[in-house]
Amino acid sequence: MAKMYTPAMAKLDKKRSRSRSAQRPSSPAREAWIRLKRNRLAVVGMVILAILILTAIFADVIAPYGIDEQNYTDALQGPSLHHLFGTDNYGRDIFSRVVYGTRISLPIGLICVFIAYLFGGVLGALAAFYGGKADMIIMRILDIFQSIPPMLMAIAIAASLGTGVVNLVIAISVSTMPARARIVRAAILSVKNSDYVESARCIGAGSRRQLLKYMLPNALGPILTNITFSIATAILTVSSMSYLGLGIAAPTPEWGSMLSAGRSFIRTAPHILIFPGAAIMITVLALNLFGDGLRDALDPRLK
Amino acid sequence: MLNYIIKRLLWMIPVILGVLLIVFVLSVITPGDPVDNVVGPDATVEAREAAREEMGLNDPVYVRFGKYVWGVVTRGDLGKSYTNHQPVVKEIMHRFPVTLKLTLASVTVALLIALPLGVLSAVYQYSWVDNVTMASALFFVSIPQFWFALMLLLIFSVKLQLLPASGINGIASWILPVAMIGVGNVGNLARVTRSSMLEVIRQDYIRTARAKGQKKSVVIFKHGLRNALMPVIANVGNTIGVSLGGAVVAESIFSIPGVGQFMLNAINSRDWPSVQGGIVILAITFSVVMLLVDIVYTIVDPRLKTEFQSRNKIRRHKKEGAAV
Repeated sequence: MAKMYTPAMAKLDKKRSRSRSAQRPSSPAREAWIRLKRNRLAVVGMVILAILILTAIFADVIAPYGIDEQNYTDALQGPSLHHLFGTDNYGRDIFSRVVYGTRISLPIGLICVFIAYLFGGVLGALAAFYGGKADMIIMRILDIFQSIPPMLMAIAIAASLGTGVVNLVIAISVSTMPARARIVRAAILSVKNSDYVESARCIGAGSRRQLLKYMLPNALGPILTNITFSIATAILTVSSMSYLGLGIAAPTPEWGSMLSAGRSFIRTAPHILIFPGAAIMITVLALNLFGDGLRDALDPRLK
Repeated sequence: MLNYIIKRLLWMIPVILGVLLIVFVLSVITPGDPVDNVVGPDATVEAREAAREEMGLNDPVYVRFGKYVWGVVTRGDLGKSYTNHQPVVKEIMHRFPVTLKLTLASVTVALLIALPLGVLSAVYQYSWVDNVTMASALFFVSIPQFWFALMLLLIFSVKLQLLPASGINGIASWILPVAMIGVGNVGNLARVTRSSMLEVIRQDYIRTARAKGQKKSVVIFKHGLRNALMPVIANVGNTIGVSLGGAVVAESIFSIPGVGQFMLNAINSRDWPSVQGGIVILAITFSVVMLLVDIVYTIVDPRLKTEFQSRNKIRRHKKEGAAV
């Protein structure tokens, strides 16, 4: 006797399959993701970041004017429908320049953090893993590097190497590297003596395997959180350095250098100063919101 | 404890040597011939060679570094400025007090604002006080310092004409620079205080103190804050480092005649000895401050004290054991 397939049964089936999918074996990453999604502020941060990334990708489509399109008859105009954020002293559209600025600040911030973590991370991981003398020597050297405050170190390196994107990236990466090494070292140390590392060692896992396969994935939580905050700090440093004239030079629509160029118009056309700075703040705020959420999601005990 | 402090003091020697090495290496890798900065572009070959010899550039690198360190250590000689040929130390030292005052003032103000806010928002967790404080702390951490300064200038100097836009004469002129340097620190320290306070409040001894009927203020400040202060003190050193960097930016924005402005001007005129000198002086200042913070930390935290004592005891036992 064939069974009749009624709509009610279909509904039941659907419900069953849904509950089955909810019972999928949950991994820590999945649980963290669920917690992250529940955190309203973190979601706001993620949405803003997504918008910023899309803005950077589609800058050509979004910006109504080119970055160097000068129009002297329209110079120094306040915000209007034609120019959402007004125009600067060359009559360039500030909105378009702020939009193109996402293509500079976001990637440079990312690259600085990547390089700082690449070198700092290796040093920190080695120090934590081998411990003893190696740890002491590495940490003492980092201590010496850290006795110059990061901003001053960045200024010193940029002053020595000269301005430009590459030198700026070197300056910021080197000046923040010791702090990143410390984060990785602390994270590795916190898992170094766990039972699973012990058991991996017992079954004959080599140093590299222990470090990369067992310690690093389990120590990743605090590192990921710190990466988010580091990108925020790097973006702030990039813009400050450019403002001081030690980073990215004037015609490039970097937010800090736009502010530096507009500084003399503080009395006559303050709108030049408002929008690029607000763009920096929103970007950094979004990263910090996301970082806070990530920290709470990855380590729920802290909340 | 005394041992620790002495060890910590001795550690200053390699730190300062290291700073000198870093700064020296940076001066060596600077592209371009330093002689160009001293003699004009159309100087004769002989004049260039004479200048090179006088600057000691013909020596091997390690000899130059040795001479540099020797000069700094024995005579406090950081070289002569390329632009006005004055000793760099003299130029920096009469600007240094302003920078130091600016940094310390902003750290003090930041602490005075951040501590009460952090405690309040921890004690009244999830209340509107907590929400407002933490939201503003997040804003403060995210705001670019120099942009905040520009906005302050726009509002208080240009529009309202309440505060001076530049220079450093009288109390009023300190307000904006201190606010600019301190803004991020207020946010950061308030967040640190809150989370450390929250951790402490959940401890058993707090529950015991409250259960025995102790007054709330005593529980919060004596049992709570005292213990919660440790991570905050540990953060102060870092805060001072950030503030020294902030002071450099502030001096440029508000045209304050401090070490930062001196250094930035020197960078623009390619006067490397002055830049080098400024960094060495500020780095040494920072190291000394960190040293003081570390010492305060060991004095304030009784746990560390007992740890040292017990470690010494263990060592003594070991020695005795070895003797037997």
